[in-house]
Amino acid sequence: MVDNIKRSLLVALWFVFLTFPLMVVKVNTLKSIVEWRWMNMLWVAIGAFALSIVWRWAMARRQLKSKKAEQGEDDSVKAGFATRLMEDPKLYKPALIVIALATIVFPLVVDIYQTNIMVLALIFVVLGLGLNVTVGLAGLLDLGYVAFFAVGAYTYGVLNSFYDLGFWTCLPIGGLMGALFGIALGFPILRLRGDYLAIVTLGFGSIAKIVIENWEEVFNGAKGIAGIPRPGFFGAEMNITSATTYTYYLMILMVVFAIFITNRLKDSRIGRAWMALREDEIACVAMGVDMAKTKLGAYAFGAFWAGLAGVIFAARNTYINPNSFTFMESALVLSIVVMGGMGSIIGVIIAALVLILMPEYLRAFSEYRMLMFGAVMVLMMIFRPEGLIANVRRKYTGRKVTTEDANA
Amino acid sequence: MPETNNTLLEVKNLTMDFGGLRAVDAVSLNVCAGEIVALIGPNGAGKTTFFNCVTGIYKPTKGDVLVHPPEKKSQKINGFKSNRVTTIGMARTFQNIRLFQNMTVLENVMIGRHCRTTTNIVGAILRGKKTKRQERETVERSYELLEKVGLIDDADEFAKNLPYGAQRRLEIARAMATDPFLLLLDEPAAGMNPQETKDLDELIVRIRDTEKIAILLIEHDMKLVMNISDRIYVMEYGKEIAQGAPMDIRNNPKVIEAYLGEETDA
Repeated sequence: MVDNIKRSLLVALWFVFLTFPLMVVKVNTLKSIVEWRWMNMLWVAIGAFALSIVWRWAMARRQLKSKKAEQGEDDSVKAGFATRLMEDPKLYKPALIVIALATIVFPLVVDIYQTNIMVLALIFVVLGLGLNVTVGLAGLLDLGYVAFFAVGAYTYGVLNSFYDLGFWTCLPIGGLMGALFGIALGFPILRLRGDYLAIVTLGFGSIAKIVIENWEEVFNGAKGIAGIPRPGFFGAEMNITSATTYTYYLMILMVVFAIFITNRLKDSRIGRAWMALREDEIACVAMGVDMAKTKLGAYAFGAFWAGLAGVIFAARNTYINPNSFTFMESALVLSIVVMGGMGSIIGVIIAALVLILMPEYLRAFSEYRMLMFGAVMVLMMIFRPEGLIANVRRKYTGRKVTTEDANA
Repeated sequence: MPETNNTLLEVKNLTMDFGGLRAVDAVSLNVCAGEIVALIGPNGAGKTTFFNCVTGIYKPTKGDVLVHPPEKKSQKINGFKSNRVTTIGMARTFQNIRLFQNMTVLENVMIGRHCRTTTNIVGAILRGKKTKRQERETVERSYELLEKVGLIDDADEFAKNLPYGAQRRLEIARAMATDPFLLLLDEPAAGMNPQETKDLDELIVRIRDTEKIAILLIEHDMKLVMNISDRIYVMEYGKEIAQGAPMDIRNNPKVIEAYLGEETDA
């Protein structure tokens, strides 16, 4: 303990020295004097000291835990609150009801601004769930996921401005277009793996944006497409507030739909093949799984959700331009998947809400957004490399009992 | 003996070049129903390359791989992708174990059932009657296989947590889940202790006798090979140097010179 404090003091001293020219000395060129801001030095010292102490404590705790796990007395006794919450029906049923009630009541108690932000967060939940299939389940790192999102959004934008098609017609078309582009991208990169795959998908994401930016006749270039109608409800007239609330409920439905479908796929023949592909491609193919079909399926399925989310995004904003579809968005969705836990549906939902809502409510720190993002990522990799909530493997226990009974 | 009409696998003059290197040079081999055939040879003789050519991981430069599945039409399969080869009915294991580490033992075996089931994305989402039935059959068959290789108590364990010998057996169970008529085992006893090797020995014989699956195996453990094989092929520097019953191979001067001689001297 004393040793820790001593080391932390040294760290504090070192940081004071490092930041001295930046934080303390300020040259006022107008009055030709040097201001000495000694208070800043104190803050740096205290901050560095406190952070260092916390860091040391966390690292020590982590080491203790891994040592325990090695000695066999791992923490399976107290399986962690999160896992228990998901596996024990006594716990998760009331939790589910509370969450359901909260989501229904939400837009009625908060103002339109909050609802609008929530809609955006939910769009990213759907994006996260989609990419979770490509990256988390099938293990195909995709850095250009936003391209499919753009495909969806522009499908609605273009079809609406040229052919006057409505939201409900464009929603399935947007999803299918996303899937189609997913397959189109999937074909040339079937043989690529790991880093190479990441680079090609990154390129695809950039190409999509550049094409949109420069194809003036169709996409209206950098000016973007304006005046996109919000989702309609049997032609009913709606003011902005009710339209936003309506979009919110629509989004909730879509998230539930996405959870339902990804869950079903995860526990199916297809989902298992995706996971096997992620684990070992050669063995997977040698066990009779058609690599091309399975990979294209994973791409198309992930892109389908991005397409759907894109259509809703366009409808929510009523205006789209290429700047909404930069690499930043791809990175954000990827962070959601990594932070939530590869392959874990609940983890992805929580991560999406945190990563989208946090910057909105911490506007004051908006300049440090990237800094905080990086810090969160590094910390996650050190302390929870499996993500917030690790993927729970389905257990097929029912069968086991019967076979054992048969033996007895 | 091999020239009967129940030949399952017939390889003719198979040659595989990597650039200027001839890894396998005009090797011919066949396996009949109900046989255990061993392929032996010093390290680097080209045994695994031969396996990879037969199972579609490599495309052979020259030569033919013919399969005669029981009750089905014969096919020439060189150049087929390995998933098609597996679907036809030849399943393999790997020299360096290739399990799906982060999936459970049961799921590993269930993957083997992939090519015998047909559920597509739509079917998986709707989860209709047919899907449910297939899923149930998959789970049941997988448990059955785990029982046969003695891994039923570890069904929910992650594959990476299994001890080495058990991982080898799981690989065999996974391969058997594809309903093969011929099982190709690449060094199944590598890294096993004598007791595990003995168990494996029994398991392989049992697979042949009760499941009616023929077996082609690469192995370095001479005791195992001599015990269970009906016939043995010997390779050295990519060439086939001898073939015959275990007794003949044991006394073949060429083989002793290439391979066994060093072992008996030691």
